[in-house]
This record gives sequence, C-alpha cells and structure tokens, in this order.
Amino acid sequence: MSGLSGEPPDMTGQTPEVSEPTPESKVPSVAARLALWQRSGGVITPILTALIAFLIGGLVVFATTGKDPVHTYKAIFKGTGLSWLSPVSIHWHLFYPAGIHWTGWDTTSPTALNLQQTLIVVTPLILTGLAVAFAFRCGLFNIGGNGQYTVGALVAVQFGVWFAGLPGPLHVIVAMLAATLAGAAWGGIAGFLKAATGAHEVITTIMLNWIALWVGSYLVGFNGPMQDPRAVSAPVTRPIADSAHLHVFWGNPLLQGLHVGFFIAVAMLFVYWIVLNRTTLGYEVRAVGFNAEAARYGGISVGRNFFLAMAISGAFAGLAGSIDILGWEFNLDLTVVQTVQIGFIGIAVALLGRNSAIGIFFSALLFGALLTGTSTRNLDPSVFQPQLAGNLTRIIQGLVVLFVGADLLIIYLWQARKKLRLPQRKAAEQA
Amino acid sequence: MADELTVLELRGITKQFPGVLANDHIDFDLRRGEVHALLGENGAGKSTLMNILYGLYQPDEGQILVKGEPVHLHSPKDAINRGIGMVHQHFMLIPVMTVAENIVLANEPTRAGLLLDTNAADRRVRELSRSFNFAIDPDALVESITVGQQQRVEILKALYRYADILILDEPTAVLTPQEANELFEILRTLTREGMSVIFITHKLNEVLEIADRITVVRRGKRIDTVDRQGATEEGLARMMVGREVLLRVEKPVSDPGDPLLTVDDLHVFDDRGLEAVRGVSFEVRGGEIVGIAGVDGNGQTELIDAITGLRKAASGRVSIAGRDVTGAAPATVLDRGLGHIPEDRQLRGLVLDFSLAENLALHDYDKPPDSRWGWLFPRQLIRRARELLTQFDVRGGGPQTRASALSGGNQQKVVLAREIGRGPSVLIAAQPTRGLDVGAIEFVHRRLVEARDNGKAVLLVSLELDEIISLSDRTLVFYEGEIVAQHGPDVTEDELGIEMTGAGRKVAAA
Repeated sequence: MSGLSGEPPDMTGQTPEVSEPTPESKVPSVAARLALWQRSGGVITPILTALIAFLIGGLVVFATTGKDPVHTYKAIFKGTGLSWLSPVSIHWHLFYPAGIHWTGWDTTSPTALNLQQTLIVVTPLILTGLAVAFAFRCGLFNIGGNGQYTVGALVAVQFGVWFAGLPGPLHVIVAMLAATLAGAAWGGIAGFLKAATGAHEVITTIMLNWIALWVGSYLVGFNGPMQDPRAVSAPVTRPIADSAHLHVFWGNPLLQGLHVGFFIAVAMLFVYWIVLNRTTLGYEVRAVGFNAEAARYGGISVGRNFFLAMAISGAFAGLAGSIDILGWEFNLDLTVVQTVQIGFIGIAVALLGRNSAIGIFFSALLFGALLTGTSTRNLDPSVFQPQLAGNLTRIIQGLVVLFVGADLLIIYLWQARKKLRLPQRKAAEQA
Repeated sequence: MADELTVLELRGITKQFPGVLANDHIDFDLRRGEVHALLGENGAGKSTLMNILYGLYQPDEGQILVKGEPVHLHSPKDAINRGIGMVHQHFMLIPVMTVAENIVLANEPTRAGLLLDTNAADRRVRELSRSFNFAIDPDALVESITVGQQQRVEILKALYRYADILILDEPTAVLTPQEANELFEILRTLTREGMSVIFITHKLNEVLEIADRITVVRRGKRIDTVDRQGATEEGLARMMVGREVLLRVEKPVSDPGDPLLTVDDLHVFDDRGLEAVRGVSFEVRGGEIVGIAGVDGNGQTELIDAITGLRKAASGRVSIAGRDVTGAAPATVLDRGLGHIPEDRQLRGLVLDFSLAENLALHDYDKPPDSRWGWLFPRQLIRRARELLTQFDVRGGGPQTRASALSGGNQQKVVLAREIGRGPSVLIAAQPTRGLDVGAIEFVHRRLVEARDNGKAVLLVSLELDEIISLSDRTLVFYEGEIVAQHGPDVTEDELGIEMTGAGRKVAAA
C-alpha cells in the first residue's frame, strides 16, 4: 500500500512515538498494535465505506422493488465482465462450492467484451480521479473536473479533425497534448483567481463547468462552428481522422475494443505519485496542502502552487476528455457535452481512493464496473431494470461521498468497539 | 493523612491511554483554605488528573473522596454538583454576550420557570463580584474586557455555581506579570473565605509565590508533596525533570562585532490596516542577543513579519549583513542569511503532517544537494536529517517520523536544528520557549547563547520577562509599536514590567 500511495510512506512503517514510556506499560506491544491499527485503518475504512454503501443500496433495491438484492448485484457483476479475470466458474450450493470448472481465457467471449467496456470507462475515471486528488493534495477542492474534461474533449475533436495528413502516432500525440494543455488552462484559471484574488476554487470551478458546457453546446450544436455540415439533422461534430484513433489492442476496433488509453491512464498514476513524492514541485504542493502558512514561512510561494496544482489537475481531466474522443467516441455530440458526469464521479473516485495512486486505481475500477454493469447494454433486464440500476449507481456514489466525510465516525466506532472490549478483558483477567 | 480539614482526596488514581500510562497510582489531597499547586512538565499527567477530577475522564483505578465521601464523577455536571469548579487554560466564554449572561449560562435564574430574570442574575453577579473584590462590570460584553478580566469571569462562573474547590489550569499562561499578581491577590481572598484551590502550572516562581503545598508529578507518577516553606526552585526543578537543571543561563560577557541586522525607521501595518510598528530603528551586532520585551500585541509580530519578508513594510529599511532586504520575498531573505524561529511552531514552524526529514528541508529543498532541476532526493533529506537530529538531540523519532508525533520540546528542537543548522548570520527567535518544559527551555537557551558566541546576531522576542533578562545583552521595550526604552544587561523585571505598560514612554523620549 505504502509504496504507491500518495501519502509519504513514513507513517505506516513507523511505530508512533509516545512521549517517554513508563517502565510498567508494555510499550512495544501497545505501539505495535497502534501502528497496525493505523496501517489497517488506511485500507479498512475505504473498504468498509464501500461495503456499507453497497449494503444500503441493496436495502433500497429490496424496499423499492422487492427484488433480491444479492441476485441484482450478481447480475450487475456479471455485466462488468470482471469474472473474466478469474478463469474458473464456481457453482455454489448453499454455502459451499459444489463444483469448480476451468473455463480458460476466451478473449472473444461476451464476458471479455464486457470487461473491455468496463476498462474503457475506468480509463477516464482514473484521470478525473487524479484531477480531483492532485488539487486535494494542495488543499484545494476541484469540482471543475467536468468542465476541464469537456474542454479537453472539444480541443481533441478539433485537432483530430484538423491535421488529417499527419502520420498516426504523431497526430494522436498532437491532439492529446493540445487537449491536455486546454484542460490545464481551464483548471489554471480557477487556480489563478484563487492566487490573485482569493476567489474560492469551489465557486469558480463550478462556474467554469457551466461556461464549458454552454460554450461546448454552442460549438457543437446546430449551426455551431464545429457542427458537421453533412449531418444536418444531428448536433454532432465531424468525426476525427483515422490517423487520430488510438490503437485498439484488445477486441474488435469496430465493436469498441480496449484502446491503449487505458495504459496512458495507468501510467499517469505513476506520474502522479512521482510528481508528488520525488519532485520539488510535489514537495511544495504537499507543504501548501498540509499547512499553507508554514509553507509561506518556509519561502514557498503559495499562490504559484495554487495555480500550478489547479493547472495540473485540469491537465489530467483534459487528457481524460481527449482519450475518450480518440479512443472510442471519435466525435462529440451535444448530448454528451450536456450530460457528461465523468468529472463529478472523479470526486467520489478520489475520496474513496484517499488521494493515493493505488487507491484511485481501485476505486476507479469499482465505479467503472458499476457504470458498465448497470448499463442498458450489459444488465439483464429480466433481473433488474437497467434504468433503475443506473440510479443505484448514483445512490452508491452519493453514499460513498457521504461516508468518506463520515470517516471520523467509522474510526470512532472502531475505537469504541475496543473500549468496550477493554473492561471485559480486565474482568476476565481478574476472574 | 485525611482529617476534617481535608475537602478532597484522590487515592491511587490510574489512567491508561493507548501507549501511555498518563496517571500511575497518584495520591493527592486538598485541605480547606489552601492553594495546592500541581507542578509538572508538559505531559506529566497534570491535566489528565484534573480532567478525571472534573468528570471528563473516568479513572481505570482509584477512588475520589469529596468531603470524606466516595464519589463517582461521570460528567462535569457531577463535579459541579459536588462543588468542584474548573477554569480551563482556554476560556469557555461567549464573546458577544455580557459578563452576567456568560456567568448564568445553563443555570439561568428564571421567572415563572420560563422567562430569564436578568435582574436577579445581575444582582447575584454583582454581589459575588463585590464580596471577592473582582471589580467587574456584569453588563460589559466579554469581547470588550481584558484577558485577565475574562479569567475572573471564569472564576465567577464557578463561584456562581457554589464551587468551593477551584481548579485552575495554567492560569498565568495568558496573563501579564501585573495581571498575574492581581490573580494571586484574588486567590488569597478566596482561600481566606474558606475556598480551596488546585493550581496547575509548570512555572516554579509562581508555585513558590502562591502555593501552600506543592505536589510534583513526573511521567504520570507523584514524586512528592512538599510545603512551600523550605522548598527551592532548584529542588522543585530537580523533582520535575528528574535531574539537575541549570535555571540561570551561564554566559560569558558578550563581544559584539559588526552590525548584522539593521532596521531603519520601519513602519508596518497589521491585518486590520492599523499602524502596528511606528518608526522603529535598531541594530543587532554579531555576537550579541538583543531582547524585545513587551506585552503581546504591541507590534512585535508585525516587526518580525516585516523583517522576514512575510509582511510588506509600509516604509523604512531592513538590511542583513549590509545587504538591503526590504520588501524581498521570504525565500530571498532566508537565503541572505536569516534564521527564524517562529512564534508558533505548530502553525508556522512545522508542517505537522510532514516527516522530520521533510520539515528540516523546508528552506533548502529547492537547492542542491536536496534537489537538482526540480528533482527531489529523499535519501539526501534523510541523511541530513539524521545528522541534525543527533546534533540537536531530538528524541522520540527518526527522519521518517511525522512531526506531529513529537512532544512540543522535541518539535522546537527540530525547528532550532533547521534554523541554526543552516548557519545564518542573523537569528530571530520569537517566543522560542513558549509552552516548553524546564528541560527543553534550558536546551533552547543554551543553543541561543551558543549561536551568539559563534558570532551570530540574535534577536529575541519574548513575553517571558525572566527569559529576556537572563538571555539579553541589550533589551528594547516595545509599547504600541514603538521602542520606549533601552537597557543594558542589568535590568530588573519590575523596571521592564512598568515600561511595558507605557509608563516609560516619557523617559525614553527624553
């Protein structure tokens, strides 16, 4: 955990120091237990948070539709294609496995197709999660992932349409770079306003979201400058040139196979960790995020870091927008501009992933799987209506955000449990 | 041990926190009409013991007897009902309400069970205030009265609830010497009237002034209980720390060299836009410690902020080692050879969530050997941290430990290690021993004198007069943003105390 997490890796390995131990107290064991608790607490609380969210979601399913929640979750899980990763099929009989069959990795099975779908959704979620997390590490709350994503997507489309003569990889790089810079500029505006005038980033990023949405709607909409002149009846841009398509490495390119953007997103997790922990920029960002006043006293320009952190956050989100365009959408239509939620789900991804690289990977996987598993295409409608299931995803997303805020409550309950046990143990010892 | 004079007895109180035995079978008793001081370093277990007595914590073992009767105190309410009142270090008052309203809060006299009887409340507060000589206006808003008066409101609050056992937690920490004397006068009146007072502190001189008996605790254990007669500062310090402590700083006569810090006609505004520093000029030469004495809030903070570049000066000049740094960014000032031990180590001096290695790099992380072309070298940070931590005797953690895990004294040692370790020519120390215990204070003082003897110019700002007097070669007295008096090494606490309140102004002008 500590290796990849955004936290400085010192906390987990170290036994917390207590002020001068008294000879009577068995300090090593107590301290060791405390360290273990902290270490496990780091992983356990997010897992607990997710489990409780699913539990409540299941209750909602049962209370409102009378359907068996376990059955529903099973169907959703089936739709995610994640079972492809373990190539065995287990038949359960009550509570023990009745039979285990080796199914092997069939790269063309429906399950494989589902998994490709899931990972295509996970890809931008990783990046918008990073967009929220990086700002968090600087003490900023970036709600503007959605706008930064939209700006990135718009620029990627335009650059994909232009430069049609460029050789493949170069075209992709140019379009991606332009989109990343556009996202950085969009995020940077909020950072600059914060640094220059103290305007709160939550307010400015929300406003920038709306600006991106309506500027995008104008550009893409009917008679907009980016609308495809051939598609008179549909508000949609021209398709990008073939040379700007990302390479599909798994599955059929015509059926939305998995593109290399997935690896770019995973690589960005490493970039995120390295920038934070191995560069002076990351040092400054973390110092400002932990204690801006101490950072200023130390000679760090707080305003400059507000700007840079928001710009880098925006860059992650802009990149996400470009990868979706170049990887599988290939054009941008008005409904996408107006209904995209990827940036907002990124908030839940970052919160549940505790702003650590590895945590963001897993929580992006969770939310990506939920989105795919509850989609009309992947969920068996005889088990549960996909339209309802889509709301279930939102419920779980909302609960996660709510519970992460209630982290302290969970830790408190954890401690209370210990306190309750302590007198019992003492009584047992005396007996 | 217990007789009819004993109003309170704690027997074998034990309290275990995760990893720390905060109280280990502590015995304590309080007689009617006495001030019993509870003396110990930070973290010795004083506050835990008193929080148990006030019903905030439950003891794991032990017994509490109030007036000979065993009691179980489950909440402050239980404690109040038994006549126990507590004045916390941080006051629990509502600034926008009047003194009387604050005092009767949660215990309001009512008419017909519903309406607040303001007159009755007023009358009772006035009575209490008069009978104990408190000199407090019940109708004044709490935010408009001085800190010393606010403390009296807290005491009145306890008396209003018929407390006859009063716990005061570090009551003088927020007071000027004069206000502290007034408090002691009040405590004497209270004990004459038959009240009993538990006085928690780590300051030796106060204990000898006000306490009848003194109980010393160290690392959760009661070391001894002694009468004031026959007790000495040295003896108490030894009991507190567990070894011999040098209370007076030994330092050779200073040998000042060239001026290294020059401040010329400096004017600085505070956050509210008021002129906090009004035309201050002075210089600090290499090899001397210049102390700035003054009541908190007389422009000391703004002066330091302006010198260090954290705040823009309105006019005037600051130079370090002959180079003008007026209006320069904090990073530039630091690189010109300034070390700054800030007033608040937790707010400014340290990033508590950073490791010690990262904290020690706070000024130099952006230069080789810590980093190159924006690339940070964590191993180098750790290597340097290991050296500095040994050199400055930081205990309780290594380079990878988070700063928040250290005790206050060790945190301050980390700040010192960073600021002195860089080899600055000018060292500014603001409140360098605030909240530290005797052992750590001795360490900080020794390091400051050592820095002076190494030819550095040291500017010391402190609210503790004995610290100013024992360390400074020259002392400047600050009052309302001006220097109102200057002294050589021989100055008394009384002189400074008077000048600090503005009475010395005319003398200085002459």
